[in-house]
Amino acid sequence: MTQDPNPLTCEEFQAQLPELIGSGEKFAMHPHIQDCPRCRALLLDLKTIAEAARELLPIVEPPDEVWKHIESALRNEKAPDEAERSGE
Amino acid sequence: MSDSRLPTQPPEDTPRSRAGEPIPVPRAAPPAPAPSPLSSESEIIAMVQAGDPLAFAQLYSLHKRRIYSLCLRMVGNVAEAEDLTQETFLQLHRKISTFRGDSAFSTWLHRLAINVVLMRLRKKGLLLISMDEAMEPASEGNPSRGFGASDPALSGSIDRMALERAVTGLSVGYRLVFVLHDVEGYEHHEIASMLDCSIGNSKSQLHKARLKLRDALRAYPRPEARR
Repeated sequence: MTQDPNPLTCEEFQAQLPELIGSGEKFAMHPHIQDCPRCRALLLDLKTIAEAARELLPIVEPPDEVWKHIESALRNEKAPDEAERSGE
Repeated sequence: MSDSRLPTQPPEDTPRSRAGEPIPVPRAAPPAPAPSPLSSESEIIAMVQAGDPLAFAQLYSLHKRRIYSLCLRMVGNVAEAEDLTQETFLQLHRKISTFRGDSAFSTWLHRLAINVVLMRLRKKGLLLISMDEAMEPASEGNPSRGFGASDPALSGSIDRMALERAVTGLSVGYRLVFVLHDVEGYEHHEIASMLDCSIGNSKSQLHKARLKLRDALRAYPRPEARR
């Protein structure tokens, strides 16, 4: 592999990361990644976090009170309509 | 006056006719093949659009977990999430007649819930504060600070509960972008449009959110270490 003539410092590379990651391009062959185990480990961690987030399931059940409040609000919304109709 | 047709409990899986009447299931009958989830849901939606309150209860049962989880992850507060879930379904009841099926119903409902949450945060001034906070270059989560050379890396797997807890601990701006992008799968241009910020800002916030989560997860004792 050819030597990078202008190697980036970790800080310079990290400053580019939001754009590099956000672009969706693969940059595993980026010269800095090839040379820097710390930044390689960081990227692996960020990838692990993003993958774990996709696995988070909507498993939390709302309490029964939520439905009761919805039901009650719908009844209250309906009541004036019915009163109006019966008054016609 | 109360509507006697409104059920006291939303039925989970009660089969019903188009008119909303329960369909009696013979005790000894062999299990009937389940209808495809797509067609049964579209039937339920049509019944709700026709004003059937039982169908609305069923629609609630089908989507309550997803909407409540979304609200909870976005605001990180149980009471607020309950209130937002309630508001989302009330809005759904008012607006469902405008659903034409151009997108999947779950996508449409999801977007409705996100709008309800964002409107609430805007009203409280929280959205503005969080976006400003994220634009500060030296704010917490700055990458130059996030790279401790001697810090151990995550070992390729993350405890789900630890991740949920770490997400709750994020500031509002980081949490919103992380949940919308990494959990819910929205693209940066969609998030930028929802949050009224630039695409670059969305990318930057997501990156900082992940760095904060990495810090939090490394600080969290692993299950084997807690024994």
